[in-house]
Amino acid sequence: MTSSVKVDHLSVSYHGEMALDNITFEAPTQELIGIIGPNGAGKSTLIKAIMGMVPKNQGDIKVFDQSVSKMRQKIAYVPQRSMIDFDFPVLVEDVVVMGRYPHLKWWQRPSKKDRDKALECLEQVGMEDFRRRQIGELSGGQQQRVFIARALAQESDLLFLDEPFAGIDLSSEQIIINLLRKIRNQGKTLFVVHHDLSKVEEYFDSLMLLNQRLVGFGAQEDVFKPQLISEAYNGNIATLHSEDGDGQMVVVK
Amino acid sequence: MENLNYFIDAVMTYPFLQNALIAGVLVGIVCGVVGCFIILRGMALMGEAISHAVLPGVVIAYMLGASFFVGAVITGVLTALGIGYISQNSRIKDDSAIGILLTGTFAVGVVLVTTIGSTSINVWHILFGNVLAVSRTDLWMTLGITVGVLILIFVFYKQLLLSTFDPTMAKAIGLPTRLIHYMLMFILSLVTVASLNTVGIILVVAMLITPGATAYLMTDRLPMMLTLSAVFGVISAVVGVYYSYIYDVATGASIVIVATLLFTLAFLFSPKQGVFVRWFRRMTTSKA
Repeated sequence: MTSSVKVDHLSVSYHGEMALDNITFEAPTQELIGIIGPNGAGKSTLIKAIMGMVPKNQGDIKVFDQSVSKMRQKIAYVPQRSMIDFDFPVLVEDVVVMGRYPHLKWWQRPSKKDRDKALECLEQVGMEDFRRRQIGELSGGQQQRVFIARALAQESDLLFLDEPFAGIDLSSEQIIINLLRKIRNQGKTLFVVHHDLSKVEEYFDSLMLLNQRLVGFGAQEDVFKPQLISEAYNGNIATLHSEDGDGQMVVVK
Repeated sequence: MENLNYFIDAVMTYPFLQNALIAGVLVGIVCGVVGCFIILRGMALMGEAISHAVLPGVVIAYMLGASFFVGAVITGVLTALGIGYISQNSRIKDDSAIGILLTGTFAVGVVLVTTIGSTSINVWHILFGNVLAVSRTDLWMTLGITVGVLILIFVFYKQLLLSTFDPTMAKAIGLPTRLIHYMLMFILSLVTVASLNTVGIILVVAMLITPGATAYLMTDRLPMMLTLSAVFGVISAVVGVYYSYIYDVATGASIVIVATLLFTLAFLFSPKQGVFVRWFRRMTTSKA
């Protein structure tokens, strides 16, 4: 098994408008992979397409060399926080138990074993003390950790995280990135949609630059280059050089 | 107290009042449970549309001599499909599509009623219920729908919970989210038919939304919300029938008023969410 996700000439359109144009790539396993690009670049669409949730115009997608429909159990998804109704009458532990659903038959209820697994995953993200809280009573970073625990409870090999750092404070961001590294070191592959260029070099092993088409994909240090970033962001970036002339930093205008 | 004794005597004596109470209790339970999912999915307006769309179905069924049941389900589900089709295939948003079909189907129903003449079918009873005329057959039908719907929700509880809370994950793990949506629409049509006699088409949405909303203010867990909602539905029905009998007022409306009062109490005094309780807590903490 050499690739986690293999995408071949994928195109997707929404209401007649091209969202993803002829994307081809092969992603490694056991890495933290960042998906970067401007708003409307199709980052969320790409992960939804890989998970088989949006119809594709053309192209072929393989997850661990299998079709997605056979691999659903192995793929976990951490939603964008803005997509969740945090007033929902559900406790933290109930949310994590949902990660066990893909392992249950349609008529089965979560068993004691499933609940224990959920609790163990809550401990892994350091949220076990909050298990009886309603999900909306937590801070943004804590909510994100609960959803990561849910993905862990699913025991998947491939994780998709949609903007896990959006709207949370810096110390939570640190906790979460450390968690993601730990998960990678357990042998899993993580795709992280990210729209902030800072910290990219620190966070990711591989990087994908997307703007409807694939601008660059590969090891982070090969892809995080001003000219490629500029291409992905349609030239809307500025490059800052450090005083000694060696370092440089890219910011979005 | 004297009124209560009088009421209990009447219940013992008159089968029509027994039927009314049983029908009310069943409708309170089934509407309360289904309503929780309607609220959490943000589909209150959809509930309103489906319940109105049942009118032409009922009238056509009456004209053909077929069962109310079949007619109501057909027009209810067709309307749900129509709303989905319009919002997916045009720039019209969901709420507008609902507004168009809600009034459109209802108008067709009204026209049909007027063509067949008001002597053969009592519009008032369909629109506002006539709980004191619940027959044995009606009762069996309401019981059948209640039991059937509760079984469906019990069996598919896990799928309903996930697709309501996180539709994206539900889709990602391969749940048929669209099928679940239309299953709920089908259930809504059934529940409307079951409630025809008790509260009628116009007010059924109150039985769906109000007890559920009241329960929503009282608890942080869905199983508890479902239970409380059913309890509030039953209380509304029993107390509503009582007042309607004692003061000789319309039963459906009386039931809905009780439900609304319960909601008002929860809105003001619920331990966690109550407006008054939160105000009181703010006052005491700012003093301390």
